[in-house]
Formats: sequence, structure tokens, C-alpha cells
Amino acid sequence: MSFDTLVFYLLAALTVFAALRVITARNPVHAALFLVLAFFSTAGIWMLLEAEFLAITLVLVYVGAVMVLFLFVVMMLDINLVQLREGFWRWFPFGVVLAAIMVFEMVWVLGSRQTVETGAQVAKHAADYSNTKELGRLIYTEYVYPFELAAVVLLVAIVAAIALSLRHRRDSKSQDVAKQVAVRREDRVRIVSVPSGKKAGPGIED
Amino acid sequence: MMELLQAIEQMGQSLLGVAWVPVWTLVKIVAIVAPLMIGIAYLTLAERKVIGYMQVRIGPNRVGYYGLLQPLADGIKLMFKEIIIPTGSNRFLFVVAPVLALMPALAAWAVVPFADGMVLANVNAGLLYILAMTSLGVYGIIIAGWASNSKYAFLGAMRSAAQIVSYEIAMGFALVCVLMAAQSMNLGDIVHGQQGKAGLFGWYFIPLFPMFLVYLIAGVAETNRAPFDMAEGESEIVAGFHVEYSGMAFALFFLAEYANMILIAALTSIMFLGGWLPPFDVAPFNWLPGLFWMLAKMSFVLFLFLWFRATFPRYRYDQLMRLGWKVFIPLTLIWVVVVGAWMQTRFWLW
Repeated sequence: MSFDTLVFYLLAALTVFAALRVITARNPVHAALFLVLAFFSTAGIWMLLEAEFLAITLVLVYVGAVMVLFLFVVMMLDINLVQLREGFWRWFPFGVVLAAIMVFEMVWVLGSRQTVETGAQVAKHAADYSNTKELGRLIYTEYVYPFELAAVVLLVAIVAAIALSLRHRRDSKSQDVAKQVAVRREDRVRIVSVPSGKKAGPGIED
Repeated sequence: MMELLQAIEQMGQSLLGVAWVPVWTLVKIVAIVAPLMIGIAYLTLAERKVIGYMQVRIGPNRVGYYGLLQPLADGIKLMFKEIIIPTGSNRFLFVVAPVLALMPALAAWAVVPFADGMVLANVNAGLLYILAMTSLGVYGIIIAGWASNSKYAFLGAMRSAAQIVSYEIAMGFALVCVLMAAQSMNLGDIVHGQQGKAGLFGWYFIPLFPMFLVYLIAGVAETNRAPFDMAEGESEIVAGFHVEYSGMAFALFFLAEYANMILIAALTSIMFLGGWLPPFDVAPFNWLPGLFWMLAKMSFVLFLFLWFRATFPRYRYDQLMRLGWKVFIPLTLIWVVVVGAWMQTRFWLW
């Protein structure tokens, strides 16, 4: 067994373990952290496939941004653990069927003759081969329309999410920064020169 | 120097065979981390001295000459303090959090070149790796805040998470401009792209000047340094995310913050200030080794960090968010387009 294979099995085992713990961990924060571990090990597997751009982007986007916001929300929610876990066995068969379909699809695609034959031909690249450059070239030439389409779909999703959740509260206060910056001293401060009296006021003795 | 290194490598290879590569890598890691730790220790002293003089004080001057042994004394003090784990805290995560804060701050150094070819891992996607590693530092902070089971710590963690995620976007786009200009994500190649007859006029801080400012300011925000230190905010939330930590556990957060500062300084030097290149490629300047110039530039950027801290009052949180989302992100997005268009014309001289 070569070193690569060893590392692959290690990372794959870690991924499966972490993914299992995501759904079995009692504490939602622990579950989210296990999801982080799962992403990390997956990034490791991609790194083994010499897909360094995808691997690092996975860490950057999912671990560095998405999961941080996820944790942010999970930590702030007041989650009732008992309520969260009830109905687990009721939905369990449904989940098993779904998982079985997904496994079947993966085996079907990955186990087909075409994938096996092309997969076997993947050769190691030289050290100066830039995965990133190749990916960029493919995305912006051959797959430019699907790529742009996906980008537009994402944009629409963002706009829709904001439009659905945006509520203009009548009593919310906001600042106009331009106005704040434009304020001069004269607008806020008035210097009043009060003539000082010669005699001290009542209650004050010389 | 190079011959000596080659001789050592040949000898090691013949002596240890396959085991040589991990051993040699370990030696290199120690050669990076040990000076870094000393740098961190003396950065704390420099900070106290610089801010002291800016505020017409002397700063620490009791331990050793000019207070030079102060960091050692502080380190020994922290080591002998008891680590208290609060009741109701999550024990495991409470202990792991400081490690998670420090680890990415050190791991990112793997791809930082200190001089021509003087780098631990010369990887092609170096810039991306740096971005990924710096984005992981926030985990230490939010886990610390949550595991402490304290409201001040939790508030600090929430502030920090939102702040770091917001500024990372602007930082990423600033780096996109750099990689467009250099046409490479390898940090060594980025420095080579700034090399030329023009000396310091060939460095990227000239064509990418707005990005230089954005990166520097976002770097201050990413490291939770004043004036963006809302995550600590000692006058509002006591000390923020590390309020429950004591002794060495606290020291690890402290180390992580300063390691991140030095890292941002190194990256700013590499990407905008020409890395190890001398400002003019003429006689007295290019006699000095590249390492000297690299360290000089890093020291300059670190001095800026300290200067900011002594100069500016803390931002309000909504002002911070506004600066990140409404100023920096649009500015970086526009500059990406500007650089792209500029590079297609004859006027791109870099």
C-alpha cells in the first residue's frame, strides 16, 4: 500500500466518522464543529487528487465563512435538545431510503465503465502544473454559459432571500453618514459670551 | 551559504534516506517558528515602548537594560499562573480554543518567502492557502467565547466572528487584484513580478494603492487590533472572548494575536512592498541581503500597527460594519475591474 492510499483511507475514515457525528452529536454546536471536521478531511482528499484550488477554496469558503456564520446562528439559538431529538425514529426510515438512493446513484456514476476507464488514466502532473489556471481557463471558455447561469441563479437567490426577510420597521432609527460628516462645528456649538459680574452671587462669600 | 545548505542536504540524504525529508522539514519549521516566537515576545515590548514614547512615558525599563528582559519576565509569570476552567463551561472546547487560535497563525507561515527561494513550501496556490489559513483563526475566538459560558466572552465572540467574516471579503478582493497584477498565486512569483529596474516604483503599492490601504486596514480589523478591537473592548465587555482565560491559555491567545500581526506585516510587505527586494537596485542597497529588506519592511508595517493603536480611538460597531461593507467591498470590486482594464492597455508598466 502506497503512502497516498494510506492517507486517503485515513482522511476518508475521518470524513465518515465526522459526518456520522454530525447527525448523532447531542449538542448542535458540537454537530456544527464535526461538520467543519468533515469539510476539512474532504479538502484533504481533494488535495490528494491534486485539486488544490478546489481543496483550499472548500476550506476558505465553507470552513472559513459559511460554517462560521452557521456556528454564529447555532450558538445564539435557544435550542431545546429534547424537542430536537423527538421524532427521530419516525423519520428514520425516510432518511434511510434517501441515503440508499444517494449511495446507489454514486455507485452507478463512479462504478460505470466509462468513469473507471477515464479515472485510471489520470496522470500525475509536473510540479509547475497550475490546477487553478486550468480550472479558470475551462470555466471561462468551455463552460462559460453554465458558469454564468449558475452565478445568476445564486444572485437571484441572494436577492430573493433578502427581499423575503427584509422588514422595514417603522420605529427603526438609522444614521445618514453623509450628513454626519458634513456637520460643522458652527451647526452644533454656540459660543455665548456671558459678561462676568463684579459681585459674587448669593451664597458665595469673598 | 547555499553550498553549505546543499552539502548538509546531501549528507542528510545519504545518512537517513527516506526519513531525511520529514527531519529536514522539521528543522526548517523550527527555524521559522523559534525566531517568530522571539519576534512576538519582543513585539510586545516594542509595543509598550513605542506607545509609551508616543504618550510621553518611558514604558517598561526595570527588567534588564531598557526593559529588554520584560517579555521573558512576563512569559515566566504567565507560565506559573493557574489555569482556571469555569464551572458550566465546555471543558474540552475551552482547552482546545486557544490552540485553534494559534495553529492557523503559525501554519500560514509555511508559504511565506523570507528571501529569494527561502521558503518552507513553495506552492502554487500560496495566496489561496494564506487566505484559507487566516480565515480559520476566527474559530479559536468563537469557540472560546461559547465554551467559556460567560456573556461577556460570548458577546466578544459574536462581534469578532461578524467582524472577521466581513473584512475577509474585502481582504480577499484586495488579494485578487494582487494576483491579477502578478498573474500568479505563488508568493515568490508575486515578489518576482515586482522586480525591475524601477526599484520601489515597480512595487504593487503604486498601481494598487487603494488595495494597499484596504489590505492594511482590513488586516488591522482581522487581527482584532485597535482601533478595531471591539472583540476585546475592555471598557465595554471587560476583555471579550478571553475574559475567562488565565495563565498560559490566555498567553496562547496573546501569541496568536501577535503572530497574526507579524503575518499580516509579512504579507503586506510581500504583496505590496516588494518583499525581499531592495528599494533601489544600486550599489549600497543591493549589498544587503534580501532577508534584511524583508524584515525592515515587516518592522515598518508593524510600527504602523502600533502607531494606529496609539492614535485612533476605538470604532463604534456600526461604523466598523459600514466601513467594511459599504466602503471597502465596493471599492475593491471597482478596483478589480480597473486593474483588469488597465492591464489590457499599454499603460500597465508593472
